[in-house]
Amino acid sequence: MGHGPAVKLGKDNAADYKTRLGIKMFIFYTITYASFVVINATNPSVMEMIIMGQTLAVVYGFALIVLALLMAIIYNAMCNAAEARLNK
Amino acid sequence: MVYTQSPLAIGLFISFVLFVLGLSFFLARRTTSSEGYYAAGGNIHWFTNGIAFAGDYLSAASFLGICGMIATAGYDGWMYSIGYLAGWMVALFLVAEPMKRLGKFTFTDAIDSKFNSKSIQLMAAISTLVVSVFYLIPQMVGAGVLVQPLLGLPHWVGVCIVGVVVTIIVATAGMASTTYVQFFKGALLLIFTTVVVVGVFSRGLSTSPNQGGEKEYHQFMSMTATVASTGDLQISDTSYRAAADWKSSNFGKAGFVKLTKDGVDSIWQAKETATGLQLEETLYVKTMADGTKLFNGAEKQEGKFFAVGHVKELKIDGKEVAETGSLGPLSYLSAVKDSTVILWGKKYIQEADSKTVVYFQKPTPGSRLLRPGLKFKVDNATGTQKFNFISLMLALFCGTAALPHILIRYYTVPSQAAARKSTIVAIAAIGFFYVLTLFLGIGAMTSGVINLTDNNMSAPLLALSFGVVLFAIISSIAFATVLGTVSGLIVAASGAVAHDLMDRFLGMQMTDGGKVRAGKISAVVVGGIAIYLGIIFEGMNVSFLVGWAFAVAASANLPAILMILFWEKTTAQGVSTSILVGLTTAMGIILISPDMFVRYGMLPTQAPISFNSPAAISIPLSFLALVVVSLMTQKKGIEVTDAAKA
Repeated sequence: MGHGPAVKLGKDNAADYKTRLGIKMFIFYTITYASFVVINATNPSVMEMIIMGQTLAVVYGFALIVLALLMAIIYNAMCNAAEARLNK
Repeated sequence: MVYTQSPLAIGLFISFVLFVLGLSFFLARRTTSSEGYYAAGGNIHWFTNGIAFAGDYLSAASFLGICGMIATAGYDGWMYSIGYLAGWMVALFLVAEPMKRLGKFTFTDAIDSKFNSKSIQLMAAISTLVVSVFYLIPQMVGAGVLVQPLLGLPHWVGVCIVGVVVTIIVATAGMASTTYVQFFKGALLLIFTTVVVVGVFSRGLSTSPNQGGEKEYHQFMSMTATVASTGDLQISDTSYRAAADWKSSNFGKAGFVKLTKDGVDSIWQAKETATGLQLEETLYVKTMADGTKLFNGAEKQEGKFFAVGHVKELKIDGKEVAETGSLGPLSYLSAVKDSTVILWGKKYIQEADSKTVVYFQKPTPGSRLLRPGLKFKVDNATGTQKFNFISLMLALFCGTAALPHILIRYYTVPSQAAARKSTIVAIAAIGFFYVLTLFLGIGAMTSGVINLTDNNMSAPLLALSFGVVLFAIISSIAFATVLGTVSGLIVAASGAVAHDLMDRFLGMQMTDGGKVRAGKISAVVVGGIAIYLGIIFEGMNVSFLVGWAFAVAASANLPAILMILFWEKTTAQGVSTSILVGLTTAMGIILISPDMFVRYGMLPTQAPISFNSPAAISIPLSFLALVVVSLMTQKKGIEVTDAAKA
């Protein structure tokens, strides 16, 4: 049994661009997430600070979830545009 | 707690299982090729696949484990939600499209796509099997937990029901059936969890949560006591009597007082005051030498072991109130933050003829429970404790993109763009669900529904507080959650055996029909193993085991996936060594960890290491092994830059 893709895929000229974009966005999100973990590990009482009526922990937690969705949407839009431009 | 079975709940449950089986038999008629069995023909729509991703991912750990952990430990439980979601960014940005580009049926296909190496095929298949089995155990345990209140059946029956149903699902239609089951389950889970959370907001908070007037909340008693010159304890309520050795007994040494009233024992938490002692009512479970258990001094059926969870001092806009009425999401969190909530601590007391677990009240400021530190040791923690926390968060972040049953879902869609889009749908659905888990958990924490002997049931019992219909639906969906996740895992595991090991590693000559048959037989065998493990691991915490599965997956698989994609000097030997090192290191650390020593019947302090989460050691070691071995085997290596970019 061969082990290529289950369906035939065409050549993707946007692959390089998408890989570079993915790495940049991954680094940005990783830094945001790592900062959250490091603050919790080293100075957890800071997370009890009140910001916008909520604890920083709640605000940061929601921000990480919303940021994930926003970045995913932006990434998809940029990849779609690149595919349309480079795979004509 | 004593559960009463509802005919409606039983009827709904049976209907759902029959629907799932009917769907499987229907789809089985269309599953004749190996592409159909392992990858649903590669033609699932990206939106369907995205929700199915959510169905796969929102397992018993998410729905039962996280909600239960938030209900009893506050924000620390939500840290799992945040970590699990963050892991999807690794999947989206680094793994989704290359996986679709490189693989066919299994995780092994992708990492072996340009090497055709026997050692990679063997190691990756073993890794898939180990990770799948690690992930299967908590799902099966979760099934056993659910059937007790739902059907009134013992744990092992629940495990067997899930095992048999799932094996039939997988053995009939493979990935196509699994995908549609996951789609329906994922969608229903999101819809009805939202309904419960809206109910939580509508009900608001109360110092005496009576579940909308349906059930009176047990008011925990408080008494005072003074110590006489003789050393005897004199209690304000004279109907209670303390034993002469109240202070020197093991209970006394642990800060409790055992009292007797009408021949029934009760245990009270003793706090010293200026005038004597303040006694607070506790809950306890006493296990006698012959295994008999007493719940608050009575048989379980007598129902004296109360459900708990309430706000002690409720404040809204700075004013103390008894109840808030309806609240919005932010005002709900603000009210919790400004109030004091009763959480529950736990202590074990050993006596000559019995062992007692005492659950005692811990009034906790809301602002404290809405930040980390109640479960994870991060305040004034030792270096090892901080390391353990960071290691767990690393495992959650890196584990998602390395789970075989998640990765194989990329093969069910027709294109790389569809793989990307389905990941985004998954992130939206899963992110939304994880926001809901915070409110579900706090809702359970403050609604008088927590069963302290098993917090995994917090979310279904919160639903029960809104009526048996919602409970029936939520429990059926929770059961379907287990069914769906186990289906995905068994497809992944059977693919590892039939496709990776039998077909590719051993080179067994099989027709396409024979390959499908091999997959189905493998599914039956793996299903049997899962049933066995689900029974023997009864009582283990669901989230606890899933955290380990993430650590093992991240250590064994992620370094190989990433380095193949992004480092041109990666060699086949480097990849197989990396998997071996990641797998053995992660497993080895788990087996000698303090939590495992408790499972062995020893003290956690007897363990040679003092942390539980292996990821921070095993992931770097796996990367290091890959780099060193790849550099040592460059002449035999194959550059993979083109493979990653093709």
